[in-house]
Parts: sequence; structure tokens; C-alpha cells
Amino acid sequence: MTKRLMRGSHVLGEAAVRAGCRYYFGYPITPQNEVPEYMSGRLLEVGGTFVQAESEVASINMVMGAAMAGARVMTTSSSPGVSLKQEGISYLAGLELPAVIANMMRGGPGLGNIAPAQGDYFQATRGGGHGDYRCIVLAPASCQELCDLTLRAFDLADKYRNPVMILGDGMMGQMMEPVEFPEPIDPASLPAKDWTLTGAAGRPQRTILSLLLDPKVLEAHNYKLTRKYDAITRAEQDWETYLCDDARLVVVAFGTAARIAKGAIKRVREMGVKVGLFRPKTLWPFPYQPLAELARDTRHLLAFEMNSGQMVEDVRLAAAGQGEVYFYGRPGGVIPTPDEVAHQISHYYYGAGLDQAAAVAHRA
Amino acid sequence: MTLKSVFAGFGGQGVLMMGYLLALTSMRQGKNVTYLPAYGAEVRGGTANCTVVVSDEEIASPVASNPDIAVVMNNPSLMKFSNLVRSGGTLLINSSLVESKIGRTDLNLVPVPVSDLAHELGEDRSANVVMMGAFVAVTGLLNLDAFKEALAETNLGKKPKVLELNRKALEVGAAAARQALGKE
Amino acid sequence: MKKIFSKPQSLKPTVMHYCPGCGHSIIHRLVAEAIDQLGIRERTIGVPPAGCAVLAYNYFDVDMGEAPHGRALAVATGLKRVQPDKVVFTYQGDGDIAAIGTAETIHAANRGEKLTAIFVNNGTYGMTGGQMAPTTLVGMGSTTTPQGRNPDRDGTPLDLTQMLAVAKGSVYLERVAVNSPKNIKRAAAAIKKAFQVQLDGLGFALVEVLSMCPTNWKMEPVKSLEWIDQTMTQVFPLGVIKDLTGYDSKGETA
Repeated sequence: MTKRLMRGSHVLGEAAVRAGCRYYFGYPITPQNEVPEYMSGRLLEVGGTFVQAESEVASINMVMGAAMAGARVMTTSSSPGVSLKQEGISYLAGLELPAVIANMMRGGPGLGNIAPAQGDYFQATRGGGHGDYRCIVLAPASCQELCDLTLRAFDLADKYRNPVMILGDGMMGQMMEPVEFPEPIDPASLPAKDWTLTGAAGRPQRTILSLLLDPKVLEAHNYKLTRKYDAITRAEQDWETYLCDDARLVVVAFGTAARIAKGAIKRVREMGVKVGLFRPKTLWPFPYQPLAELARDTRHLLAFEMNSGQMVEDVRLAAAGQGEVYFYGRPGGVIPTPDEVAHQISHYYYGAGLDQAAAVAHRA
Repeated sequence: MTLKSVFAGFGGQGVLMMGYLLALTSMRQGKNVTYLPAYGAEVRGGTANCTVVVSDEEIASPVASNPDIAVVMNNPSLMKFSNLVRSGGTLLINSSLVESKIGRTDLNLVPVPVSDLAHELGEDRSANVVMMGAFVAVTGLLNLDAFKEALAETNLGKKPKVLELNRKALEVGAAAARQALGKE
Repeated sequence: MKKIFSKPQSLKPTVMHYCPGCGHSIIHRLVAEAIDQLGIRERTIGVPPAGCAVLAYNYFDVDMGEAPHGRALAVATGLKRVQPDKVVFTYQGDGDIAAIGTAETIHAANRGEKLTAIFVNNGTYGMTGGQMAPTTLVGMGSTTTPQGRNPDRDGTPLDLTQMLAVAKGSVYLERVAVNSPKNIKRAAAAIKKAFQVQLDGLGFALVEVLSMCPTNWKMEPVKSLEWIDQTMTQVFPLGVIKDLTGYDSKGETA
């Protein structure tokens, strides 16, 4: 298959179409305007439906309706727009409807700016809307991975009947990289869903409801969701490790920050600094256990994020007191350089005396 | 090998196309590549720029805070990027339009009058392709034929006549750059 | 003996939870009758509101999908766009359709979504306990306008249906009431017509139904029937507001 040089926003759209998505509802917001622009044309070619909604609120509710009808459906936005979608995402989770939502994060809070940032980690991984629920959150770090994870997002959404969020950033939306796309999936070939609202023809009425007035009934529903989240947690964690085998310090970063960290690690490795990278690809479920093992073995973790410290809380949960957890971040849409991160790595590495053999004796 | 390039100029000078052509050609030649355009408010008011990283290795950041080479098509871009190029790096300038003196002495300065050369070719709009020819000669990154081939995949090569003109423009630019470098 | 009256097939044999004298049960019946008469029960999908009719899925024997408060027409848009051969209706109160969901309503109408909206206007927020609605009349008491709706503080009643008339995508808009046999008959015809508009793919259709809420109006049920005629219709006059259907008076395609 030949590689195509494509902008992240277009990759997201094309991957969705290849996943069998024929319905897109959205509202423009920089830096992901190219997604609705791409989908408006591409869905025409494949007989799909594109609606530019009057707001992000309306678009997530259109997604809800299309999901009730059984379609693979997507909406995309960037930080302020994703805040507006949170009501609908809570309902999607409560109603157990599959849908894919992409957030190409920008600087915040408020209107913030349109530069790439990672300030919506809490919002994405902790629910974002009201009530006891979780979204599966996938964090790609390249255009190719954006393609791959978009396809996976649709599969996971259908498999678990749960909203899946793709958490990218403005840089990923704008950047072009070579991408190889898989063969498209024909939506007609996807397994039929036995819970959709298609009209009660020759069967009893179906309802899709999140109003469960009896506390005992709602409690049972919440426990059912909890069991589902537990199953997802067991089965779907994904992560990458890079040069961790001999590492005395491990940088933990996701998405764009992780690739910057990788560049920094290459630089300091040339100077003999033994540092590795742990990159969660699923932010929820967060891969606590493999990171806990690294914390146990290295005793020094450096969380690096393009925010003022959000994922670091999960890193601390994973470390559970085993060693030190450091943090470095740049909020507000500033893109840190590999040099700057290399400086931070050196600072903590030498500060903890990790260049001394004695300091890592506990590993023996 | 990793080369970080920045292309900058007025909107309409085909600055983004230059970066795209480099990225596309590099990809076709099996290189890793990232292309990052400036977007949003940064490009309102008529300036445009993009960053292209070409490498044999996995690319970490698609941002170049200190590029190896800056290709500047107008004066405002010179002001913005001449100080960012790494020491020992290259400044490739459109000397038809850029008059500013360069304060730095640690750069490899290559002036090529690409707007004039494009005019002589009979197509003012091909100045960006002339500049890409110069870029190829200056960097030696990939050969000219690879670029000629990749041109056919872009809007610059949709019609045979336009493709022919742009392939000629690449050659003209490359020759002018070699001249400026004293290689001919 | 000949059976001359029975429950519509599209209504379940369930006792409704509505207060004595409430108009919802009548309107439910009219909607169910229209679905029965058009023979579309097996391909109809309803979207209930947040409001007193939130439990409508317990009464209608059709597929029902619940929307967040105010978003019924956006959810219905998604349902209908995926299944253009199905019949999708929303059943919404005044707060749902004309306050929190105003944007969704106007834009669904403006896009000419092939949907049928039943808009129940009783001038109050029934489920939450009688607070001011966008359609509460000037001077009318509510739990948030204890001294009556004051235009200086609270604005004036919003005529949503009239607003929708300027949207090019709206095809049929009519205001009816369910406070008398005569008005109920007229309402039944309007609701059926609003479904017919969707079946014919003409565009957006909405029927606004003035309905009684004796509980929150703090009136005897009989008095509430009179109040609609005497007071409410002065602000919200009954009749066709927009009709581009070209149907004749029997509701048939011309």
C-alpha cells in the first residue's frame, strides 16, 4: 500500500470513513476545522451524511440520535467545543451508546488560544460531564497512530457500547506525515446491533433511556457500567516503552509531549544518561500496572506534559510511593523543545545522583 | 541525517507548497518526514510559513526552534527567521524581493533572485518552484529528478504544460544556486 | 354489539401518571391515533422530553429514545438522517422546545428536517413544580414569579411557533388546543397532518398544543378549560401559522 502525505485532521476523517463511519456531525473550531471540511466532501463520495450543526451541543446530540439508530458516527472539536459536548457525552455513557469523539486540544482555560496543548487530560479521563462514567481515551502520537487508533476507537465503541475519545492536539490536527491506510470496512459488513431504535416492527417496543427514577434500579445500572469499565480496564490498556531496560529514570508522557520527550531522550542517551520513555496510548484505562513495575525498578519517574500537571496524578497513583515522581510541564499552548526537556531530564538525573552506580544499587 | 527547514513568505507566494513538495518528495524517497504549517491567527495578515523535518530516523518534534535552513521569500520573513537559524546553518533568500542586510556572519547566505528568474521563465507564479530548485542544489538532500517526479503528484503538475514549466523552473533554480555558491 | 371506541394500538394499556385535568393524556391519545390511522406504528420512533412527559415511553407503544433536556430535535435529526424511511417525532414541553432547546428547535426547522414536533404549551414548568416558562403570560403567577410575570424583569411570552414561520425549512405550523371537544377534533387533524408532512418528505412540521395544567395554574380543571379560551388564546391565538403543504381541507395531497 502506498503512503499518503496527509494532515492529521484529514487522517482522522479518512480513518473514520474507512472504519465504516458514514455520519458526521460537527461545528467548526480551530485547530480542527479541516475535519468537518474533509468530512463534508468525503462523506458525499461514499453516500454518507454530513451535518454542520448549529453548535457543539447540537452536534453531540445528533451523534446520540445516529448512534441510537445503530450507525457508526463521529464528532470532532477542540477544547472549548468539547466542554460544550460534555452533557451529551454523559448521556452517551449512561445510555450505553457507541460514538467516537475527537478532541484536538488547544490552550485553555476559557477561549485560551489555538496552539497545541494537553490541558484537557482531566476532562477526558475523569469523565468531564456529570455522573459516574468513563470514556475510553486514546492518545495518538503520530499521524499513522491517529489513523490506527481512530479505527480502533470505532471497534471499541461498538464492542463496549461506550463513547470513545481520541485525545490529540492542535499540532496533530495541522501536521502532515506519511500514512498508510488499511482497506476500508463496508458498514454493511459490520455485525448487526440488537438494541437499536428502528421501529417496533414484529417485535416489542425498544427504549433507550437514562432516566431511572428508582434509586435501586439506577444503582444496578451503575454497577453494570462499573463491571463494564472493569472489563475495559483489564482488556484494553495499551502503552509503549522506549529504552526502559537499563533506564535509571523513566519519562512518562503521552501524545505530542511523548514524541518531544523521545527526541530529548535520544540526545541525553548520547551523553550516557540512562533514561527511557513510558508512553500510555490509552489514557483511560491508564496502564497503572506496567508503570508501577517501572517505578519499582527505577525509583525515578518524570512526568512531562503540555499542561501544568494533570497526568502526573496518575503517575503518582501508579508509583504508589515507590520512589520519586517529578514533573515538568509547559501550559498555555507553548510547545516545549527536545533540548528543554533534555535539560530537565539531566537536572533530575544528576540531581538524584543517578550517574553514580551506588544510587541504583537497589536494582541489583 | 536530519534536516529541519523553514519556508516563509507572503501568502500567495506558494510557501506552503514548497514545504509540501519537499515533504512529499522526501516521503517518496523513503525518508521520515513531518510538515507543520503555521495556522490560525499567526498567518492572518498575509504571511505564511511552514516547517519540514526530513530524517532517516523517527522524528521527535515537528517544530524547529533552530532550523538548519530558512528559505525566505520576503523581507518580513527575513526579519522573523534570520535570527532563528542555527549557527552554521543556511539562509536561502529571494534576492529579487529581500533587500535587508543580514547582521549575522555565522550563516551560509545564499541569495537567489527567484522572482526575476520566474519572470524570465514567463510565469511569475513559479518563483516558489525556482526556489525549490535552489533548495535542492544548496542542501544536496535529494536529487532534482526526485522532485521532478513528485511534482506530478501536486497541483503544480496537473497539466502537462504546467508540469513541464515547473520542471524547467527547478532546473533554473538549481543552476542559479550553484552559481551563487560558486560551484559553476 | 358493535365496538365504537377503543384504545389506540400505539398506546399501551397503562394508567398514566398525569394529574387530574392535565392535557398530556389527551395529546398522547391524539398522537397515538394519528400513528394508528397512518399505519406507521412499526416504523415510528419517538423522542420524549425532560418535563412532565418524560415518561411518555411508558405510554406510547413505539420505539422511544430519550434526549437531554431541550435536545430532542437534535437527537431526532440523528435518528432520521440515518433512517430516512422511518417516522421520527418529538414530544416537547414549552421549556424544552422554547427555552433550553431554542437553538436546536430553530435550526432543525431551518434545515427543513423531515421531523414532526409536538409542542405542548401549558405556560408553566410542570415537572419541576410550576416555575416560569418562556410562555408564561404577563401577570401570571408561578413559583419564580410570585407576584406575576413582570415584563421588565422577566420578558414577555415567547411565541416560538410564530418565530419558526420565518424559517424557510418549516412547512406546516399550527396552534391548537385540547380544552374542548371542538378544539380536540381540530388538534387531532393537525397532528395527523404534521405526520403526513413527514411521510411526504416536505420538511419540518410542528403542532403547538395549548394544554391545561390545573395543578400549577392552581385552578379547578373546568376553570382551566375556560382559562385557555378566555386568556391564553388572547396571547397565543389558535389557527394555522404557516402551511406550504398544498393539502386540501381533508389533509389530502392536492
